[in-house]
Amino acid sequence: VTHCSVWPWYRQITSLTSETEHGHGSVITGIPIVTFKWHHVETPYLVALWILVAGLGKLVIEANHHVTSVIPESALLICFGFILGGIIWGADKVQTFKLTPTVFFFYLLPQIILDAGYSMPNKLFFSNMGAILIYAVIGTCWNAASLGLSLWGCHKGGAMGDLDLGLLQYLLFGSLMAAVDPVAVIAVFEQVHVNEVLFIMVFGESLLNDGVTVVLFNVFDAFVSLGGDKIDAVEIIKGIISFFVVAFGGSLVGFVFGLLISLLTRCTKNIQIIEPGFVFVLGYLAYLTAEMLSLSAILSIVFCGMCCQKYINSNMDERSVTTVRYVMKVLANGSETIIFVFLGISAIDKEIWVWNTGFILLTLLFVLVYRFIGVFFLTWILNKFRLVPVELIDQVIMSYGGLRGAVAYGLAVMLDENKIKEKNLMVSTTLIVVYFTVILQGITMKPLVNWLKVKRAAVGELTLIEKVQDKVFDHMLVAIEDISGQIGHNYMRDKWNNFEEKWMTCILMKPSARKNRDYVFKVFHKLNLKDAMRYVTEGERRGSLEFVRNETAFIDFKKKFDDDFSEVMPDIMADTSDDYNPVPSVSLEMHEQTMNGMRPLEDVNSHHLLQQHLYKGRKQHRHRYSRSHFDVNKDENEVQEIFQRTMRTRLESFKSGKMGVAPLKHITKHLKKDQQQKVRASEFILLDNLHYNNNIRASASSFPMRVTYRAGAGIENPAFMPDLDPMAQVQIPPWLAEAEVDSSMVAPSQRAQLRLPWTPSNLRRLAPLRISAHSTDSFMLADAPAAQQRDNDQLPPPPPPPAPPHGDHM
Amino acid sequence: MGSSNSSVNNIPNAQELMQETGFSAAHILRLHERFEFLDKHKCGQLRLVDRPTNQPQDFGAVQELALNPIGDSIISAFFSPGQETVDFASFVRILAHFRPTDRNQSRDGAQQEPANSSIRKLKFAFQMYDQDRDGKISRAELLQVLRAMLGIQVTEEQLQSIAERAIQEADLDRDDAISFDEFRKSLEKVDIDHKMSIRFLR
Repeated sequence: VTHCSVWPWYRQITSLTSETEHGHGSVITGIPIVTFKWHHVETPYLVALWILVAGLGKLVIEANHHVTSVIPESALLICFGFILGGIIWGADKVQTFKLTPTVFFFYLLPQIILDAGYSMPNKLFFSNMGAILIYAVIGTCWNAASLGLSLWGCHKGGAMGDLDLGLLQYLLFGSLMAAVDPVAVIAVFEQVHVNEVLFIMVFGESLLNDGVTVVLFNVFDAFVSLGGDKIDAVEIIKGIISFFVVAFGGSLVGFVFGLLISLLTRCTKNIQIIEPGFVFVLGYLAYLTAEMLSLSAILSIVFCGMCCQKYINSNMDERSVTTVRYVMKVLANGSETIIFVFLGISAIDKEIWVWNTGFILLTLLFVLVYRFIGVFFLTWILNKFRLVPVELIDQVIMSYGGLRGAVAYGLAVMLDENKIKEKNLMVSTTLIVVYFTVILQGITMKPLVNWLKVKRAAVGELTLIEKVQDKVFDHMLVAIEDISGQIGHNYMRDKWNNFEEKWMTCILMKPSARKNRDYVFKVFHKLNLKDAMRYVTEGERRGSLEFVRNETAFIDFKKKFDDDFSEVMPDIMADTSDDYNPVPSVSLEMHEQTMNGMRPLEDVNSHHLLQQHLYKGRKQHRHRYSRSHFDVNKDENEVQEIFQRTMRTRLESFKSGKMGVAPLKHITKHLKKDQQQKVRASEFILLDNLHYNNNIRASASSFPMRVTYRAGAGIENPAFMPDLDPMAQVQIPPWLAEAEVDSSMVAPSQRAQLRLPWTPSNLRRLAPLRISAHSTDSFMLADAPAAQQRDNDQLPPPPPPPAPPHGDHM
Repeated sequence: MGSSNSSVNNIPNAQELMQETGFSAAHILRLHERFEFLDKHKCGQLRLVDRPTNQPQDFGAVQELALNPIGDSIISAFFSPGQETVDFASFVRILAHFRPTDRNQSRDGAQQEPANSSIRKLKFAFQMYDQDRDGKISRAELLQVLRAMLGIQVTEEQLQSIAERAIQEADLDRDDAISFDEFRKSLEKVDIDHKMSIRFLR
């Protein structure tokens, strides 16, 4: 949105207040009460408005899944753009909004590519690196050369009538047309989940070919400016050298920025609230720096994302990681939407259209044909060297998936019309080709994939066995390579992994993160978290507190919740950026969540598993948690309030009971004391809500056991107050003193405290009144009494949690 | 490397091996050279352990195996249960599992399933876990592998629960062990051909 003409009806309104509209210089005749200051806000307003419109368009389009399953969203967005363009053109008689190269290359493209790099499955990418490079470099050069030369040949043959284009200009056109576009590839392939190897090859190619495209475009652009006679061997050699410089230079810049981000996130423990921002800013700077040095910007930002993903995921707080992932998706998806809408709008412009049937049709034909030829030829060569050859069917899809998109259009618009007289023709042709590939090929891609029975990606979650086995395979292959005495692919990978572990993680990863890198355990932990979330959501949804109250109840998960799991909260832990994740489908879409969660329901035994071990896992990460002060206070106060309220009501009902004293006054006293202590309130309340058994390891010293005392505060039992004078024990209220002080009941203290307020009968169970001041730590000392903590049986059903869970964790 | 055998014909049963495993003559030659390199004592067989010291003997020459978490499991996979030596033929047969799968194999029903088919590869992977070859991966065996694969900071309890979970996910007939079929089923989404093939150099 670079320029806009004021819509006709604005003019009337603005004239009413024209006195003060332009501020300085104009004469005011009186004090204006309200003014309409359109020009004041023009640019940002229009930008925001367009983003809104694009989003609304997407909303409308996605409303009906029947349509979107047949026609890819990108095609529909282009059509939407046509409609909008038509409206604007009708109103203004001139196309005021266009997709300009500046906006596209600087504001819309970077985030898409950054997202691609960040979510890239590294292992898969590097395993197929050879193939990807061959396709990207040689394939693109072939596409460019063949297209340019063929068109020139046809021109000479007279098929296109009278055009003012020379060989160099045809080659220039060929070079901008040659590149497979990453945005289009993502848009079309994300709905067709082909197998990962095929996807990574097409997608990797679309990303890496930018290196070639930039070079070719610039070289031919320079040639066109120089004129045909100045081109000699020196220039050509310079062109070839520039390819290497641009490609490797761009990658290097990206790599450096990736390292910077990793190093930075290593130190941002105290500013975790803005940690995610650094990732985006530095990523964008990587892009701009490469652009500034005339290197390949796309390569730069891709490698930046790929390089840093592992380290920032370990270094940053879990919430920051989630934030980064989500913001990336939002930005990328949003940009994609806007790009396609504007591609549509830009078409409705009388000025740019030059129709030359021969040129356009021939271009279309050649683009398609040469793509097929190129892919098949290169694959034939490649299969001689590949361990597992690329199948024929995959090759067909790869060829058909050579989609052109907005990058080509952007480059076309960037052409200098003084040097290239037929710029408009080229722009028109580019648009036609883009529409053809995105719309037609996009629509037919899915049926084609189905018809050819292409191997699809594995859908659904992996079991623990699969993930463990994946690692086992890796080790196995390395061992076999060692035994058979050859230096193979796996050997190199292993060597790299060792080097990387020794040096790079030392520098780039936080020491605390380094300790927690165990892969299998992380997988286990993630799976547990997923289960826990599902479990809680289902339970809450069903309104059943059974699982909360009754620890001993053997809830047949399967029977109860059998069919309704599809409605379960989507898995936001789905790890799309895990670089060890080769098997799941490589879907870069945020809607991937809907695809998940179909795993068969586990037995309730896993529920016990969770109880026992999930919390431990979280503990390991605890030291990385730090909340902004905002959060802590908020939770604390709310929880306290609610608790106080409930406590009052409950204890009032005791007043008349035999228990006698309702020590309301003690509540506030103790609560106040709590406030001074550092609390991880919400975490603990959440723990209560999930009612995990107290198998908590005291590994982190700052564990917020204080919180329990809040829960127990109403009982005013000073025994639970860690800071209180041990002498205060004598104030134990009579009913508490009655209960047996059985050391074997040490473990369930926390639960008992919670239970107290609810029913008089529970008061008895307050056994875990550890009289000692250290009692508070008892359930933390879970190590030894681990076995005892499994004595659920002795505990009465726990009451409903005192406060609604603050779902900001998990 | 000893170049005394420069011809495949000097290797006993070379032709049979080639046919059985699908290795080419050049492969067999190279593997034979490797075998001889590992066979320090020139007795035509590789030994599992050096009796007096109980150190891994011939395979110990491959130092990297000591750094491999499942190195020992792999070594013992070469030896049939109860055997302590492995000859060249067995050596090649085991390695044949890792050849890339041949796409267009045509074999008559009488022939045995080729070593590098997906099923055979899976079976080999299964044997990594099932050391006692009883056809099932018991909890203890699974624990052993997991222990090897996990870092030392994972405690015993955590290990138990991971093993527990893994068994639950895979164990369909609830016998608390994973049979080969269950193993295969839990890995059906994995592309075994890709994951268990290495390139054999000529």
